[in-house]
Amino acid sequence: MIKQWFKSGSPWVWLNAAAVSICLIFVVGLLALVTLKGAGHFWPSDVAEIVYQEEGGQPETVVGEIANTSITGAAMAKAAGYEMADNEDTLVQYLIKIGNRDVLGADFRWIQERNIQSQQFPVDIMVLERREWGNFYGYLVAVKESGNTIAVGEQALPAALERIDAASAIFDEITRIEKKEIGAVNYGLERLRLKQKRLQLDGQWNQEAEQQIAAEKAEYDADYKRYQDQLAELYRQIRRDSLVAKIASGNELEIPLAKIVRLYQPNAMSIGDKIVHYGRKLIEFLTDSPREANTEGGIFPAIFGTIMMVIIMSIIVTPFGVIAAVYLREYAKQGFTTRLIRIAVNNLAGVPSVVYGVFGLGFFVYILGGNIDRLFYPEAAPAPVFGTPGLLWASITLALLTLPVVIVSTEEGLARIPKSIREGSLALGATKVETLWRTVLPMASPAMMTGLILAVARAAGEVAPLMLVGVVKLAPSLPLDGNFPFLHLDRKFMHLGFHIYDVGFQSPNVEAARPLVYATSLLLVIVIVGLNLAAVRIRNHLREKYRALEG
Amino acid sequence: MNLGLFLFVSHCLNNLQNIGMFETNLTYQSADTKNNTGSQSMDTNNIGSQSAGIKNDAGRYYPQLRLIKDHLARYGVMIGGLGVIVAIVLIFFFLLYSVFPLFVPATAESVAHYDAPEKKLGSTVLLAMEEQNEMAARFTDSGQVVFFEAATGRTVDVKTVLIPAGAHISSFAQGSPAEGVVIYGLSDGRAIVVKSQYQASYTNDKRVITPSLTYPLGEAPLVVDDTGAALEKIAVKTDGTNTIVAKTADKVRLVSFEKKESLFDEEAGLERTDAVLDMPAFNLTDIIIDKEQRNLYLVSSDGRLSFFDISNKSAPVIRQHQNVVAAGEKITSIAFLNGDLSLLVGDSSGLVSQWSQVRDELNRPALRKIRSFKVSDSPVIDIHAEQRRKGFMTLDADGVVGIYHSTAERELIKEPVGEPGSVAATLSPKANAFLVQSGDNTLHFWRVENEHPEVSMKVLWQEVWYESYPKPSYIWQSSSASNDFEPKYSLVPLVFGTLKAAFYSMLFAVPLSLMGAIYTAYFMAPGMRRYVKPSIEMMGALPTVILGFLAGLWLAPFIETHLAGLFSLFMIVPLAVMLFAFLWQNLPEDVRHKVPEGWDAALLIPIILLSAWFAFAVSVPLESALFNGSLRDWFKAELGIGYDQRNALVVGVAMGFAVIPTIYSIAEDAIFSVPKHLTVGSLALGATPWQTMTKVVLLTASPGIFSAIMIGLGRAVGETMIVLMATGNTPVMDLSVFQGMRTLSANIAVEMPEAEVESTHYRVLFLAALVLFLFTFIVNTLAEVIRQRLREKYSSL
Repeated sequence: MIKQWFKSGSPWVWLNAAAVSICLIFVVGLLALVTLKGAGHFWPSDVAEIVYQEEGGQPETVVGEIANTSITGAAMAKAAGYEMADNEDTLVQYLIKIGNRDVLGADFRWIQERNIQSQQFPVDIMVLERREWGNFYGYLVAVKESGNTIAVGEQALPAALERIDAASAIFDEITRIEKKEIGAVNYGLERLRLKQKRLQLDGQWNQEAEQQIAAEKAEYDADYKRYQDQLAELYRQIRRDSLVAKIASGNELEIPLAKIVRLYQPNAMSIGDKIVHYGRKLIEFLTDSPREANTEGGIFPAIFGTIMMVIIMSIIVTPFGVIAAVYLREYAKQGFTTRLIRIAVNNLAGVPSVVYGVFGLGFFVYILGGNIDRLFYPEAAPAPVFGTPGLLWASITLALLTLPVVIVSTEEGLARIPKSIREGSLALGATKVETLWRTVLPMASPAMMTGLILAVARAAGEVAPLMLVGVVKLAPSLPLDGNFPFLHLDRKFMHLGFHIYDVGFQSPNVEAARPLVYATSLLLVIVIVGLNLAAVRIRNHLREKYRALEG
Repeated sequence: MNLGLFLFVSHCLNNLQNIGMFETNLTYQSADTKNNTGSQSMDTNNIGSQSAGIKNDAGRYYPQLRLIKDHLARYGVMIGGLGVIVAIVLIFFFLLYSVFPLFVPATAESVAHYDAPEKKLGSTVLLAMEEQNEMAARFTDSGQVVFFEAATGRTVDVKTVLIPAGAHISSFAQGSPAEGVVIYGLSDGRAIVVKSQYQASYTNDKRVITPSLTYPLGEAPLVVDDTGAALEKIAVKTDGTNTIVAKTADKVRLVSFEKKESLFDEEAGLERTDAVLDMPAFNLTDIIIDKEQRNLYLVSSDGRLSFFDISNKSAPVIRQHQNVVAAGEKITSIAFLNGDLSLLVGDSSGLVSQWSQVRDELNRPALRKIRSFKVSDSPVIDIHAEQRRKGFMTLDADGVVGIYHSTAERELIKEPVGEPGSVAATLSPKANAFLVQSGDNTLHFWRVENEHPEVSMKVLWQEVWYESYPKPSYIWQSSSASNDFEPKYSLVPLVFGTLKAAFYSMLFAVPLSLMGAIYTAYFMAPGMRRYVKPSIEMMGALPTVILGFLAGLWLAPFIETHLAGLFSLFMIVPLAVMLFAFLWQNLPEDVRHKVPEGWDAALLIPIILLSAWFAFAVSVPLESALFNGSLRDWFKAELGIGYDQRNALVVGVAMGFAVIPTIYSIAEDAIFSVPKHLTVGSLALGATPWQTMTKVVLLTASPGIFSAIMIGLGRAVGETMIVLMATGNTPVMDLSVFQGMRTLSANIAVEMPEAEVESTHYRVLFLAALVLFLFTFIVNTLAEVIRQRLREKYSSL
């Protein structure tokens, strides 16, 4: 019977069905994995207090979040060098995020379940998110002002929370002054320096120019002095308060409030509190700058950089892509040449993206940028302005990369417009360009939109070429700010995809950064899947419309 | 316009829309129809109003102006459209343009020739040039140094070496050319070490170079031979430790001066060590010391090279005597290649051979001939190594100058420069000029254009024997911290890595995607297909950086700990599927018919998940029982296969994942569009569905399937981020699935930002990009042409 069954071919059909199922499991599994790991990052998990005793060692208290669990079979554990008793089937280990890197040296620690003496979740365990050294886990003891204890025991927590809020406000003000105001002063001074050099190069450096520049410089210096004074005062205020906390080993530490981002007691939080906390963390993630070598804080500069690049790329790629498509579909004589061109365009979509990066670096950055610098920015030499990777070149490179997407998509849109419409327009006396401009292109606009959206989705996820033409792990300033000319196309920028690569692989503390990378990945996946779905929707709408026209 | 091969769009445009359509159809059907009619009427309105507008405007518009506009637009669009296409072609030509200089042959042109300056001060023993090629020096046998302008021969300065009274110069040698050190051996057994230096100063933005002579070991001559015998041959190396080796009539003496750091004394004193080499001196013709002052080579007139280990200055040890020229020939010149790791030996037959210390099986250093160059038919009288690269210049007795690169085995320049009987030559420190003194005492100053001597087809694609390597091999090693480092630009390991990564990912992707495509296109219920196809194609839009990240940080550690589980997965899941299929077949019909035909894949999902879980669960006891607990360790211990955490297996799975949607989508299209009458005919003749599939459908669609695989391959070859993140990026050539690799694309991404613009490294990386470009271009064009053929075939059917 089995032989007959095999002869019927039905088992092979089932195997083919299995292949489809496996592909589906992959897709769903991947999305689920990213969602699960990415979305879980902001949830305040409970902090355990574990009494732990290694064999032959003293009992110690370990405080932290359980970050991971590993279960190893007895034989494999033995092979890896663990001692296993005969009655043990598995070796269970927990990865505990113990924080307190400044005291303990590492954020994470593996412990074995069999050595755990007791485990509890005391409600008064406090988690501090700090600006340096990662999280802190411990117990609040007291709050101090200028070195004098002002609250202990029950009163300590509300006092600490209130003062942390105040300190955070001051910290924001300090950041604003340092980044924005002093940044503007520095930018102005740099511009003056370049202006002076420019005048000297042009041979127009005279008494009058010198006085004028000196006056402007004095103005900036005065501003700078004023901001310095403000900062000094703010720093004095922010450094006033501190809190005293006890860590697992029983030692007490004094932590200045200036270094604290957030204080919370996860074990005491209700579900509602946790949801609020989750929301706050999510907002921080989306709107804040990264801290601690990108492993903490937000990813706003990366989001902003990605958006800026994509916008500039769209501005470049749309007209060129549409013109090329219009040429191919409406003007060029269909024949061998157009066929060749189409093959070339299609082929370009298959050219590895890193090759575009190489081209961008060699041609745009070094040749075009180098010549622009020589012609227009001689005063900046030897520092390059456009002769170094930056936003403009990255956008143009990606525009080239996504050009085939827009061309193919627009061409398809143009091809779907019934001939009768063009003929109708021409018959009514419109010229070809009028027909195109008033009838064909408006009707094909959803197709262009589709192409553009797909181009954007591709550009947002592309990393390899960007590594060569302008993305950096940490950009000191955004490409758009309040300093004239506001949009700085020569600046380097941050990018979500590169952020994932950099934080996940180049970071000194990969274990601590991993949840953040998952969260960033989730964001990128959502954006790209969303964009693709949007393209599909528009496309559908378009098809329906044509079907109606044709009918 | 269904020529569109362009995947990204064709996935999303042609197919993904099905999701949307499906949903719209299900949920918003009524609204949708309303919308449709709405938009339709709106469009008609539009057209109506437009035509009305044109009619109304026609009176006002000048027809001329409209025509001009039309023409302008026509040309504008043409220029724009062709411009875009030109821009695309530009990529290819720019890559070519950047790579081209690598293969431009070197050139040399004569700049000037003039009489040797200050001829009366003696004949030339050495020529030297400074960094900028502005000034040169002529060392004479009378202890004079004439500094002159290299381009004109005008004497700038003459310095005299302080030769003590009563002695005369009996020998002369150059130390390391980069330091400008020379030594004079005197007739009374003493020697003087002299260093020439050039100081550049700027007055009125003009560079003025001032030469000077200094005495690094003191102005007083050093006593080398205390019996006062004349030093007939001499050699020196200075650098912290200073070693002088000199030959008198009957002895070879070694004297070294080591800087002694004293704790109490500010002044560092020189500690002198003396030794006499155990070697007859009578037929010694040349002495040469390496810059580490560990190896000493003595040249005998019978063509023998004696190699001494002088690490211990007080007790030199003979290592080897080696005949380095053919019988009857003489060694006419000898020099170190830059880095002092290998010797260039020129002989009287015009052959230059490169000898390097290679460690033998017992790890002893021994001289081996690595390669040789037939330079001339007459004796090679002078060899000068480049100071920054592994190139060298030769001068033969006929006055022909040759410039060669050793590892690239390239003859770059061969020019007859001087008359026969040329006496001396020098290559400038940057190797972009040389100076030759011909027999008639004329100096010839030439400039050399030789940017990329180290690259040749052989270096890029064949095995090359690098210095101090035991045998020729393929190596990619583009940079190092050391100064004398020779970059090794073999593209073979990178191409190998690229193909290896592509191979393993295709191994994973092709079966899954093709089988999936067959089922989806031919057996699956249309209702399910509408969901399944776009979902799988959605994978293709996922950024590869995310796949790479998951592969590197999640999959790689997972596979490392669950290796046995993975292998049991490959066996258990297909078995479980077959078992389930068999049981399902034998279920009562009414149960079977509850599931509509073509939804079998949905039934299998839980089966696959369960069997996968079972595979991992059962792998742990299996691994304990069969492989002592760890399959990885077992592989290492029993088969000697090492395990790298980020290996080809991880890359295969991750990149396979990225390639599946590509292959799946195109293959599915090809199978789905096989004309229905073919399959219906086959079925009507009594073939089973599976027979129809394999004998009719697959055969007809095979070109489409082939092009799907080609395009998938193109994508796998060019993928950067996944391999960058999921492998260790070591350029090893190891087929093992448990070892990593370095691919062309990842290599570009890693090294391009650091490569110096227009350096050889930069251009070689462009070459790597060009190779990638050409490979994908050929593969894609092939696939496209096959697809077009297939389409024509279908339409004829």
